[in-house]
Amino acid sequence: MNLRLPTTADVLRFTFDGVEYTGHAGDTLAAALLANGVRQVGTSVRLGRPRGIMSAGSEEPTGVVQIETPFADPLRPATMVELFDGLAATGLAGRGRLADVPDPARYDAVFAHCDVLVVGAGPAGTAAAAFAARAGVRVMLCDEHPRDPALVSGATVLGRTTVFGYYDDNYLVAVERRTDHLGFAAPADMARERIWRIRAKRVILATGAHERLIAFPGNDRPGVMLAGAARTYLHRFGVVAGRRAVVFTANRSGHQAAEDLAAAGVEIAAVADAREGRTVTGTEGAPALTAVLVDGRRVEADLLVVSGGWSPVLHLYSQAGGRLRYDEDLGAFLPDGCRQAVEPVGAAAGRYDHDACAADGVAVAARALTALGVPTGPVPPVPAGRLDPPGSYLWRAAIDAAPHEAFVDLQRDVTVADIRRATGAGLRSVEHVKRYTTAGTAHDQGKTSGLLASATVGDALGARIAELGVTTFRPPYTPVSFAALAGRDRGDRFDPVRITAIHDWHVARGAPFENVGQWKRPWYYPQPGEDLDAAVHRECVAARTGVAMMDASTLGKIDVRGPDAAEFLDRMYTNVMSSLGVGAVRYGVMCRLDGMVFDDGTVARLAEDRFLVTTTTGNAAAVLDWFEEWLQTEWPDLEVWCTSVTEQWSTVAVVGPQSRAVLGTICGSLADLPFMRWRDATVAGLAARVFRISFSGELAFEVNVPWWQGPALWEAVHAAGQPWGITPYGTQTMHVLRAEKGYPIIGQDTDGTVTPHDLGLAWAVSKKKTDFIGKRSFTRPDTARPDRKHLVGLLPEDPALRLPEGAHLVASQELPPPPVPLLGHVTSSYHSAALGRTFALALVRSGRNRLGDRLWVPLGDGPVVPVTVTAPVLYDPEGTRRDG
Amino acid sequence: MLLIDCPWCGPRNEDEFHYGGQAHVAYPADPAALSDEEWGRYLFVRDNPKGPFAERWCHSSGCRRWFNAVRDTRTNEVLRVYR
Repeated sequence: MNLRLPTTADVLRFTFDGVEYTGHAGDTLAAALLANGVRQVGTSVRLGRPRGIMSAGSEEPTGVVQIETPFADPLRPATMVELFDGLAATGLAGRGRLADVPDPARYDAVFAHCDVLVVGAGPAGTAAAAFAARAGVRVMLCDEHPRDPALVSGATVLGRTTVFGYYDDNYLVAVERRTDHLGFAAPADMARERIWRIRAKRVILATGAHERLIAFPGNDRPGVMLAGAARTYLHRFGVVAGRRAVVFTANRSGHQAAEDLAAAGVEIAAVADAREGRTVTGTEGAPALTAVLVDGRRVEADLLVVSGGWSPVLHLYSQAGGRLRYDEDLGAFLPDGCRQAVEPVGAAAGRYDHDACAADGVAVAARALTALGVPTGPVPPVPAGRLDPPGSYLWRAAIDAAPHEAFVDLQRDVTVADIRRATGAGLRSVEHVKRYTTAGTAHDQGKTSGLLASATVGDALGARIAELGVTTFRPPYTPVSFAALAGRDRGDRFDPVRITAIHDWHVARGAPFENVGQWKRPWYYPQPGEDLDAAVHRECVAARTGVAMMDASTLGKIDVRGPDAAEFLDRMYTNVMSSLGVGAVRYGVMCRLDGMVFDDGTVARLAEDRFLVTTTTGNAAAVLDWFEEWLQTEWPDLEVWCTSVTEQWSTVAVVGPQSRAVLGTICGSLADLPFMRWRDATVAGLAARVFRISFSGELAFEVNVPWWQGPALWEAVHAAGQPWGITPYGTQTMHVLRAEKGYPIIGQDTDGTVTPHDLGLAWAVSKKKTDFIGKRSFTRPDTARPDRKHLVGLLPEDPALRLPEGAHLVASQELPPPPVPLLGHVTSSYHSAALGRTFALALVRSGRNRLGDRLWVPLGDGPVVPVTVTAPVLYDPEGTRRDG
Repeated sequence: MLLIDCPWCGPRNEDEFHYGGQAHVAYPADPAALSDEEWGRYLFVRDNPKGPFAERWCHSSGCRRWFNAVRDTRTNEVLRVYR
């Protein structure tokens, strides 16, 4: 007897484990393998036992393959792989292999809204979708198998689309597989998979039911197949899964399979119905089934059809927050109410008869329409749809003879013996047994075995399934690739990239970039033959002895305006801003309510009712949010408006003793601009706002022009500076220059546990103001204690040694036994051209009381090196260089 | 993904919003008058009820305005929004 019934479908060639076979259009790989008599597909993950194909759907626990071409894809159930010409696949020993080359496929996302989403296009789902679509509402119908897009007129029908997650407020997520079934013919420009994010007013779950295996010795042998799957292979694919079959069942499903297989010419050697006291006690055959022990009698067979009962597929229902109720008559969990607008239908609601499912689909669709306010006519009553009398299910047979060979979870190789070991170890909850045995944690998530596991735990503990429940259902229903979830948001599109108006110049000069938040900032500008250190050394020397320039456009800028702007800033900053005159600039520190430094920057008064606030580059959005939160939620009485103007202004910092001379050639009105003042000026013919502020300790100007004029300003300053050898510098030089002056970088030298006083910024904390954000916290016992960590400088005794940032400080060279008392850590560490040596900043316990002390830094596995604690300002502590 | 009914914009996906913790915890009128324990309670202690909970949300990717919502922490249902 041939395993394939006559067909006229196109012949397709494929290879499995390197052997060439043919199948037919419309086959799954599982169907084609069965038709070719391939019974063993792989071996199991833990015990290495031969495994074949057990089901015909995504619940497959054993027939798992690796797709080799056109692109490596691990751990795919052969039951869900559609055959195409040229497919190459291999069986797996429980684990797949990821591709070692980048995935060339595209992935995409779709957002959709509908009135009724129907999941599952079987009899119940199709009837429900058709009924709802006829009423004129927006209907989507998704099914994980291929479906004709015209299946339901007026509905959006998505085949090969698995709804895998059900979240709050009827938000469901599905993955649509668009090209895998096309194989080598897949269009290169078509997204391989699409993620559908669907907001549905009503959801109808027509997700069917999973047939269950029975636990008995040798129930994992290739040739053991679920009854419904045997019928699917016969009716959908024209494939008989064996020539001589034994049926082991406790319900109508096994008998239906026996009748259908017999009609197709399969010899039915025995039908063991547990309800008649008959049983299967074991199997024989290697690697695949050759005989079944029926009532102690050896019966030769190459197919053992099994049905232990059916479990309604309520994964999505449970994810939605639906309650489940165990039905002793049916031997299954049934839906028992959900706060979301969802209703299971058909087999998912425990109806196993075709006509009852279709009638249920209409009735549930009518209820959904009513809830949507769409009138429906009278709906016929729905029959119970139960094919069997109560109790027609079976969990186990003859397990005590060989509990270590009676499998519960075939994918994880968990046996009855394993579960008994778990309960023997004292575990009482199915959740704990799951974690102890790993039952239900494989790629199939225990679809065919979950309830069997609960029943087996119940056996061991003498407990009822209704009391034990089942383990929690979590998304995804079936595995989903990260590539699909990422969609287009990968590579360059992973996160928005922000660049300044002057960016192209930096690129042209070969600057490597540093990521600061989403910004790309030039890190340094290497000249031929220079590495980072050499370039930074040159850039630092230029800024300290001549003139240098930097693109500072990324600095956060917020326009704060309104009659109460000064009062508002007084509340937000630790220091006083209202006393600032128009034209003046002040450095300010901002804290959170707990008194820890949150951000710092300058505040310039542009007018009586208007300020320009600068923030650190990475914190601009957070500072604006912080302002808005206080204005909206606590002080709606203040008339203040905040606007982000970061991308309205290009900023060029001109730094160094020659900076005034350079700017003097392109601007006539800056010679007398005092420190910490701003002035409107014309620079190189551009309307500019010039600040005299310094983040390096040198004479310095920050010239602001409208964003798009940044390149013109930059080029003009660069050209004007040529006689002085003006040197562009990047963030690394900026860091070295500021650290030499002991200026902290919020977020590098601080970590959310550092107060202004810890940083030595007590001078920037007002004692006059009655209140500001964070003030009350400064007198909390912990913030007021004298032995907090302070920002200090460190000089390694070896002037060439650059300490690693993050290194710990300890009191002695000889480390005591752990735990070693730690005194603090290095926050910034550089080589200084100006000092001719290395130095660091560090947060050190009672640091300001340790100036001059020797501390030690363990260098990982290396030596413990000595350092001297100093004040944080190492360069020009008198501030003599500020005015050039 | 909650569907949150912004009082200004209407129903929008949760990922347009950010969460602001318990609502109606006012900044004290005179922080200096509070004991360390009272100030510490204001700073760090919030309710954590099982059931309806009034909390602050900000429509940060929309109108950027703050509002209040009552959410049932057992079911994640947003029962009410108000300005």
